[in-house]
Amino acid sequence: MATIRSRSKKSEADVPPVAGSGGNGVGPEELPVDTDTLLDYYRQMLTIRLFEEAAQTAFRKGKIGGYLHLYIGQEALATGFLHEYQTGDRIITAYRDHAHALLLGATPRAVMAELFGKGTGLVKGKGGSMHLFDVQNGLWGGYGIVGGHIPLGVGLAYAEAYQKTGGIVQLYFGDGAIHNGAFHEAANLAGLWGRDGMCPCLFILENNKYGMGTSVERATAMTDLSAKFDSYGIEHEDVDGMDLVTVLETARRAVARVRETGKPYAIEAITYRISPHGAADFLERYRSKEEVAEARKRDPINLLEQRLLEAGAVDEQQLAEIRREARAVVDDAVKFAEESPEPPIDELYTDVYADSAYATDSPVG
Amino acid sequence: MPVMTYREALRTAMADEMERDESVVLLGEDIGIYGGTHLVTDGLIDRFGPKRVIDTPIAEGGFTGAAIGMAMGGMRPIVEMMTWNFSFQAVDQIIQNAAKVRYFSGGQVSVPMVIRGPNGGGVQLSAQHTHSLEGFYGHFPGLKVVSPVTPHDAKGMMLSAIRDPNPVIFLEAGALYGTKGEVPEGEFLVPFGEARVAREGTDVTLIAYGRQVNMLLRVAQTLEGEGISAEVIDLRSIRPFDEKTIIESVRKTHRAVVVQEQWRWFSVASEVAAIIQEQAFDELDAPVARVSGAEVPAPYARNLEQAAFPSEIQIATAVRRVMYRGV
Repeated sequence: MATIRSRSKKSEADVPPVAGSGGNGVGPEELPVDTDTLLDYYRQMLTIRLFEEAAQTAFRKGKIGGYLHLYIGQEALATGFLHEYQTGDRIITAYRDHAHALLLGATPRAVMAELFGKGTGLVKGKGGSMHLFDVQNGLWGGYGIVGGHIPLGVGLAYAEAYQKTGGIVQLYFGDGAIHNGAFHEAANLAGLWGRDGMCPCLFILENNKYGMGTSVERATAMTDLSAKFDSYGIEHEDVDGMDLVTVLETARRAVARVRETGKPYAIEAITYRISPHGAADFLERYRSKEEVAEARKRDPINLLEQRLLEAGAVDEQQLAEIRREARAVVDDAVKFAEESPEPPIDELYTDVYADSAYATDSPVG
Repeated sequence: MPVMTYREALRTAMADEMERDESVVLLGEDIGIYGGTHLVTDGLIDRFGPKRVIDTPIAEGGFTGAAIGMAMGGMRPIVEMMTWNFSFQAVDQIIQNAAKVRYFSGGQVSVPMVIRGPNGGGVQLSAQHTHSLEGFYGHFPGLKVVSPVTPHDAKGMMLSAIRDPNPVIFLEAGALYGTKGEVPEGEFLVPFGEARVAREGTDVTLIAYGRQVNMLLRVAQTLEGEGISAEVIDLRSIRPFDEKTIIESVRKTHRAVVVQEQWRWFSVASEVAAIIQEQAFDELDAPVARVSGAEVPAPYARNLEQAAFPSEIQIATAVRRVMYRGV
C-alpha cells in the first residue's frame, strides 16, 4: 500500500541533497533542496496534518482508545530531519510518533489501523498510538514513558558504532523529558562514549513549550534548555522548527557531523504544539487563546505554502489538487482502519518472549 | 572435573562467550580497571579491552537503558548490578522497556541481554543493601529470572542466559561467591525452567533456590537422624518455572515446605504453595508450609539480621509440623 513518502527520486534519501536550486530557486537564500522536493514535503506535511485531524475526530467518536498525542504544529521538524535518513539509521522517539512513522514509510493505513486497535495495524494492534514501530524502515519506537527511551537511543548509537554500520541514531524527545533523570544519565554516557567516536547520536529536542500542561518556565529555573547539553560535553545549536527550509539546512549539517565524527550532537528545535497535549485536555487552563492564535501565524504548513506561492513554484490550483490528494489518502486510511478486523485473540500470548519455549498459560489457575 | 569458585564459574562463562561471540559486552560500575566489587569480572578488561568491558558512571538507569538499546541493536550486553539493590534505580528501564518492548512492538525487536549481580543478604549490609528480588522480578512477563546456587549451575546457567534471546535477570548468591564446586570444562548449558533434585527423599519435599538450598541440605541431614527422609528441590529458575518436578515430588512425599529469604507476602513461596494445592490437592497430607524472611527492612546487628532470615531451626520446626511430629 502507498506510503506518503516522496515519489520523486530525491528523497530516496541516498541521493545527495541539491545545494541551491539554480533557476528553480524559490527564494534568495541557498536552499538545501530543490523546489520539487519542497513541494513534495508540503504534500507530506499536509497529509500528516490531515491524518492527525482525522485521528482526533475518530478519538472523539470513541473509535480510538487510550491516549492520542498529535503532532499538529510540529510537522516541519520530523519532516526536515528525516530527510537525512539513510538505510541503517535508527530513529527513536517518544509517544508523539505518528509523523515519524509516516515519514519513514509506514503506510497511513497501517498507522491508522494501529490507532484503531486493529490486527492490520503497524504493530498488530499491540501497541497503539504511543508504540509505533517499523524497524524495517528505521523506526525503533514509539515509547510512552517521558524520558525513558533516551538511554535506549544512546545504546542503539553505541551499537551502530560498535558494529561499524555507518548508521546514526536520531533521538527525538520533548522539552518535558529534559527534566527527567533518564535524560541526564543518558546524555552523560553519550558525551563520554562520543569521546571515542562510539556514540553517533543526534539528540533532537522538540521544544514545543509545554510538558503536558506545564510550561518550560514553570518546569525549570534554567530555561535555556539546550545549554543543559553543555554539562555533558555535547555541542548543540538551536533551530526554528516551524520553518522547513531552515530545518532542512540544519539537519543536513548536523547529521553529516554526527555521521563523520561518531560523536553526539544536539539540536533544540523551537516549535509549538498547536493541538492539545492529548486529543483531549484542558488546554485553556494553561495557555491563552491569544497565545495559540499567535503560534498559528507561524504554522509550518502555511509558512511553506506562502514560500512556495511567493516563489511561483506552485499555484492555488495545484495546491488544491495536493489537498484533495492528501485528503483522499487519509480518508482511505480511515476506511481501511474501520473495516479491518480486530487482532486474532491468539495474538494475546504472542511476542512476550523471543523464543516460544515459554508462555504463561491461562490466567485462570 | 575442575573445581572452581562460584565467582570463577561466572567469569569463565562470560569470558568463553566473549571469545565466541563479539557481540557480547559487559557494562557496569567498576567492572573494568577496578576488577569488579566482587571480582567477578576481574581481568576481563585486559583480555577484551574497554570497548567490550565498559566502566560506567554510577547511573544504573542510564547504563541499563543504554544496554537495552544495545541489545535491541543486535548486541548481547551483560550488565552488572554491583548489587541488585541498586536495580531499583533502573526499574523503569528493566520493566517498562526490557520486559515489554518486544510485545508492544508487535515482535519487531528483541532484547537479548543479561542483568546480573549479587542478590540477598546475610552479610550485615542493613536495610537499603539487602533485598531478595526473585518475587519482584518474577512478577513481570517478558523477563526470565534465574537464581543458581552451585558453581556448576552458575556457569551453565550463565551460558544459557547469554545465549537467551530475552532479558534475563540473573540473581547470584552473593554470599557464596567464594564457595567451590566441580564445574565441567568447555561448553555446557543448564536450561532454564528445570528444577534440580538436590537430594532424594521420601517423606517431605523441601523447596528453595539460592543459598537457602544449602540450608535445606543441612536440615535434611539433621532430620535424617530423626527418621525423616527429606527431598530437597533447588528451583534454579523462577521464570520459567518447573511445576512438573515439584508436583512429582509432592506426589511421592505428600508434604512440602517452601523456604525463601524474601518476605512472605506475594512471594515465590506463595506461588509454589498455590501451584501445589491446585495440582496436587488430593496428594497432600498436610498444608504446605512457608518459611520466609521477617516482615521488616533488613536490620544491621548480627543477631537481628540472623533473626530476620529463615534459620535451620525454623525450617526443621516447619518440617516436623507438616509431619505432625510434636514440636
